[in-house]
Order: sequence, then C-alpha cells, then structure tokens
Amino acid sequence: MATAAATRTNWWNGGRSPFNVEYGKLMMWYFLISDAFTFGALLISYGTIRFSQNYWANPNEVFNAFPGAGHTNLPLAFVSLMTFILIMSSVTMVLAVHEGHHNNKKGVIKWLAWTIVGGIAFLSCQAWEWTHLITGEHAVLVDGHLSVMGQTVTHNPWGPHVSAAQVAAALPGTPHDVLVQLAHGANHTMSHEQLEAMQSPQLMDMVNKAVSAGEMHVQEPGPKAYGGYFYAITGFHGFHVTSGVIINTIMLLMTVNGVFDKRGHYLMIEKAGLYWHFVDLVWVFVFLCFYLI
Amino acid sequence: MDQHHSESAEITFHHEPATGTKRIWKTFWILLVITIIELSLGLTMYVFHDLSIGMVLLIKGVIVILSLAKAFYIVSIFMHLGDELRNMIMTVVVPLMLFVWFIGAFLWDGNAFRTIRNRYDKSFQEQYEHKNVQPPAVKQDTAVHPLH
Repeated sequence: MATAAATRTNWWNGGRSPFNVEYGKLMMWYFLISDAFTFGALLISYGTIRFSQNYWANPNEVFNAFPGAGHTNLPLAFVSLMTFILIMSSVTMVLAVHEGHHNNKKGVIKWLAWTIVGGIAFLSCQAWEWTHLITGEHAVLVDGHLSVMGQTVTHNPWGPHVSAAQVAAALPGTPHDVLVQLAHGANHTMSHEQLEAMQSPQLMDMVNKAVSAGEMHVQEPGPKAYGGYFYAITGFHGFHVTSGVIINTIMLLMTVNGVFDKRGHYLMIEKAGLYWHFVDLVWVFVFLCFYLI
Repeated sequence: MDQHHSESAEITFHHEPATGTKRIWKTFWILLVITIIELSLGLTMYVFHDLSIGMVLLIKGVIVILSLAKAFYIVSIFMHLGDELRNMIMTVVVPLMLFVWFIGAFLWDGNAFRTIRNRYDKSFQEQYEHKNVQPPAVKQDTAVHPLH
C-alpha cells in the first residue's frame, strides 16, 4: 500500500471509501464483529455456569469416541480431525480468493469446490458426534437405583464416578429392563433376547463383575446445563457452517456462469471468504472451550 | 491492471495482489503446528492426571494463548486484515478489546456464585463431595410394577 500517498490523502472529505475498501467488505467486517460478540456471549456464559459448579465433566472422558473405532478410548482424536478439516477448508478458501485476485476463473472453481467439500465433511463429522452423544447409553446412579441415559439437553450422564459398592447397593432397586441394557453394555457377546430371558440376580451379577473389573463406569448425573450449552453452541456454529456452505455453493455457481468474469472482479468471493474464515475462527474457540480446557 | 477497471470509484489506491501462494501455505503450517502443540498439551493433561492445580492452570493458560495466536494469524493473513489501512484495523480490533473485560468479569462472577453458594447451601457443597459418602441404603421396593 502506498502509505506516504495514503497519509497525504483526504480520506474523509467524501467521494471515496475512507478506508480504501469497498462498502460491502467493510460491512461484512462489522457484521462479523457483531457475530463475534454473539458467539463470545454464548461461550462466556458457558464459562460462567461452568465456574459456578463444583464439578464439571472431564472432556477427555466425554469426547473419546471415533467413528468406526467402537469402544476404543481415543480422547481428542475425532475433534482433531474436525479441526484439521476446517483449517484445510480455510486454506482452500484463501487460495480461491487468491485466484480471484488474478481473475483466474478455473482456479476459483477448483478451490471453492474443495472448500465446499471441506464444509460438508465437517458437518458430517458434527452430525456423527451429536448422534453418538445423544444415543449413547451410559449407566447413571439416580435416586438409589441405576438408569441409562445419553447426553441430551435435559440429561447429563457425566457426573462424579460412583464406587462399585454404591453400584452393588443400587442394583436391587433397578427395574429389569434397565438391568438388561446395563448387562448388554457390560457384555457385548450375548444378544438382547438372551439377556432379556435372564433373571435379575444373574444380570446384577454381570453388572457387578464388569464394574469391579473396571470395564464399566457408573456415574452420577452431572450439571444439567452441560447438554444445553454444548448443543446450542456447536449447533449455532454448525448453522453458520451450513449457511457458509450454501453461500459458497451459490458463489461457485455464479463463478461457473461467468458472473464475476462479466463484472471484472471477484470481490464477492472475498466477502464470502471473510465469512468462511470467521466460521473457522469460531471453531478454534468452541474447540478450545469444550474439548481442551 | 485490467481487474480494477470495473471496481467502483470508492477505491483510491489499488492493492497489488501477491503473485505467489507462499505466504498462504506458510501460515497453514504455522496454524497446523500450533494446533498440534495445543493437542499435545491437552493430551498431557489427560495422561498425567495427577498434576497440581497450578500446573493444570499453567498448561490451560498456554493453550489459550496459543489459540489467540491462531486467531491472530487467521484474521491478519487469511482475512487480510493485516493488509488494510491502520485506521480500519483499529475500528475492528478496538471494540473487540471489550472481550478482555467481558471474559474476566463473567468468569469472576461465576466463581463468586460458586463460593457464595457453597457458603450458604450445604447440600450444594456436599453434592459432589465423595470423601465420606456411604453407599445408599437398600430401598424397599414399594412401587407398583407392571407384571413382566
């Protein structure tokens, strides 16, 4: 930028953009600031509630699954993949904008297409993560008996761990169908039908054995706010990724149809790029708050 | 340059675009390395679960600073804010400084909620304390159950 000439210029006397950028780009920046405050407020309120609790789940115990790996304990693995996908899609977006600066239509199409692929891949990962958490069957000690729950907006199975003695004492008060679910979680070799036919004392035995061996963990319910915050914030972020994918797709179609060729510039791609990078940036902090610290 | 003919009259000085993608890929590697360091620190906290609270806080603090560094690189280089006029950069960065107060104030508040509640609500304080908790007594099942 010709800074010497820039300081001699009358920026605020009208007839020119005072910041030397097109109006749309500047307004996109100010929209992103407002969105940053929205996400910031959500994350900070999450922090407030978390700090107000005596106990909060260890993220490495909650988020330790990987698609296709069954019950293998892989903390941070899946979220690392999601972060890498989003960073890559940010790089491809910058490259698309770069090609736009050089009016290279083919280059823009190539890198924009990869960015869309990255966005869809991220959304697929997030969908798997949500499904896994909601449908997870975790043993929880509630009101002196055992129950099975997944992580939802109203239920949080990630409270403090419960001792084997407490589990043994809580099993007699547990209904038969719940015992079947627990035994199924303790022993994956027997089928549901086989387990349902068994009597409660036998099922209780199986559960007690698994808990004593450390293969099965029972916890108390955790703070209720956990699920609401997790799904609201990752959901709001996912909504931004979705709208970003839609916008990028429209940009791709416009590029293919030669709209920007005719205009003589690819500034629209640059604005879409700003939005996409913002989405990546928000993920950096969502990932930080929920999975790392 | 041809591309600037159809750009609006708003623009006084045209920014020559970078010829190569070197800066972009260099930034990618920086972001990747920072992310790997963050993940390593996170895993360290998991593997060495007996670290002192001070050590854990130190590691978390380092992770937060690394994330802020990532934010700087993404905003400055990927979003090209670093290439804009200084006054425009200020209109974006200065309002965001509100976050410093925002984060500090609300986490302090959250902690105050916990401290005060622990002081005046004994059931809240004992809720997750397990030092001397007895296993619950076996309850008599007096509820009416449907026949299986």
